[in-house]
Amino acid sequence: MHVSSLQLQRRTHAAAGPAPFRWLLIGTALLFLGLFLFIPLVAVFTFAFEKGAGAYLASLAEPETWSAIRLTLTAALIAVPLNLAFGLAAAWLIARFRFPGRDLLITLIDLPFSVSPVIAGLIFVLLFGRQGWLGPWLAEHDLHIIFAVPGIVLATLFVTFPFVAREVLPVMQAQGSDEEEAALTLGASGWYTFLRVTLPKVKWGVIYGVILCNARAMGEFGAVSVVSGHVRGVTTTLPLHAEILYNEYDFVGAFTAASLLTVLALITLVVKKYVEWRAHTP
Amino acid sequence: MAQRARRRILPGFGLSLGLSWLYLGLLVLLPLSGLFLKTVTLTWEQFWETVASPRALAAYQLTFGASLVAALANAVFGLLVAWVLVRYRFPGKSLVDALVDLPFALPTAVAGLTLTSLYARNGWFGRYLEAAGVQVAFSSLGVVVALTFIGLPFVVRTVQPVLEDIDADVEEAAATLGATPWQTFTKVIFPSILPALLSGFTLALARAIGEYGSVVFISGNMPMRTEIVPLLIVTKLEQYDYAGATAIAVVMLAASFALLLAINLLQRWTQRRFEVRPG
Repeated sequence: MHVSSLQLQRRTHAAAGPAPFRWLLIGTALLFLGLFLFIPLVAVFTFAFEKGAGAYLASLAEPETWSAIRLTLTAALIAVPLNLAFGLAAAWLIARFRFPGRDLLITLIDLPFSVSPVIAGLIFVLLFGRQGWLGPWLAEHDLHIIFAVPGIVLATLFVTFPFVAREVLPVMQAQGSDEEEAALTLGASGWYTFLRVTLPKVKWGVIYGVILCNARAMGEFGAVSVVSGHVRGVTTTLPLHAEILYNEYDFVGAFTAASLLTVLALITLVVKKYVEWRAHTP
Repeated sequence: MAQRARRRILPGFGLSLGLSWLYLGLLVLLPLSGLFLKTVTLTWEQFWETVASPRALAAYQLTFGASLVAALANAVFGLLVAWVLVRYRFPGKSLVDALVDLPFALPTAVAGLTLTSLYARNGWFGRYLEAAGVQVAFSSLGVVVALTFIGLPFVVRTVQPVLEDIDADVEEAAATLGATPWQTFTKVIFPSILPALLSGFTLALARAIGEYGSVVFISGNMPMRTEIVPLLIVTKLEQYDYAGATAIAVVMLAASFALLLAINLLQRWTQRRFEVRPG
């Protein structure tokens, strides 16, 4: 909201064109966004409530929906803090030190983004699956990773790996380390300096990264689908639950699960906008 | 660039170095190298038979073709949306601006389910398209629609900041010298946003090639016709053909890395342009 006040100060550009042309462009853009974004967004909730609020609540109350919600939250609760810890360590390392292999590390952090989610699942199947490298050993010790919860957590960790590091790094790089050096000179310990000086400085970058990481962790489909085995009520996250119900022609049930994920996406967008606004107003 | 060349007085170098590489190694590098080790166990004939089978070739054609069309559509409409958001004021603009990120935030499975229901024969869009003789759901056109949806924010978000940074003076100068608005756009504005546009296009393309969740619902998954490469990998895995799945995955990874390299080069080009422009 407040962002637009910045834009008021901008001068009119010469290439803005005459008014009818301007409205033609605005109209085309809005039509495109309306068809591709707005109508699908409205459709999720319309489909979920197609048979009324009763049917929606009934499908929400299904035990399988709840176990899917629980598993989705579990995966996110493990993946987000671990990737947060890694993201902070990697950002601190890359922003504050020069060392051999630094450029390589920067490139490798983005690697999971350029790998198809399906391949992200596949690599864990090759490693821990029954015919995988560690498969026989795991079977001997009665440990289950693939088609079980640990596999889902691993796949989620992999696909959400870069988010925090990637958002915190530029913020940390932009801010320099004069305050940290001052704190250390005055006798503060390393950890104290990190917690009381560095973290508050990069706060908005951290929140931004965590929000994006969490959205992906809760919404991931491809990677999780490969390692899940689709055991109902046991290894189905919310997106997988929606898929199963849809394939069984339980339209309302599928869109009930989808509506929960859509609410999550909308919350993510609101928090993201808020953080962007806060980060630009000191 | 050399602002951190000072003595290391900051703590935590060893800890953060060890933690970063250990975590990266265990979670990303080790599992990915397992993929390549698996490929090595195949003979060349086995590998070639899988990756060049007619079914695989049809899947590459669909995946790369549909991704290219979707990325092109996003380049055109993304540029338009970025332009409208930066240059014009209209009611609800900040809402529209926030909505652009929806495909990033919305789980792909939700996008897939919703688009399929909208474009199916009796869906909100499908019933009119069907009457006009156009089939979207369960056809390759449906794959393009899903890939356009998920790639939509890339071009907008790469072009938008560059467009915001262009000085009004430059355009005013062009106009004063007698350029028409169209000439100002093609000769002055377009060249300066081209690197960002290409970068957004490539990002959308790379994302589309690996996409799975939004496509599997709308494509109908018919082998030889509407089967994308990631789905072919999943199918082979479900048949416990690990070697076949791996071979195809390696081909896809090679394509992704080539695109990643292109993105890096493009971004370097964009940054150079930024630095050269006098402030």
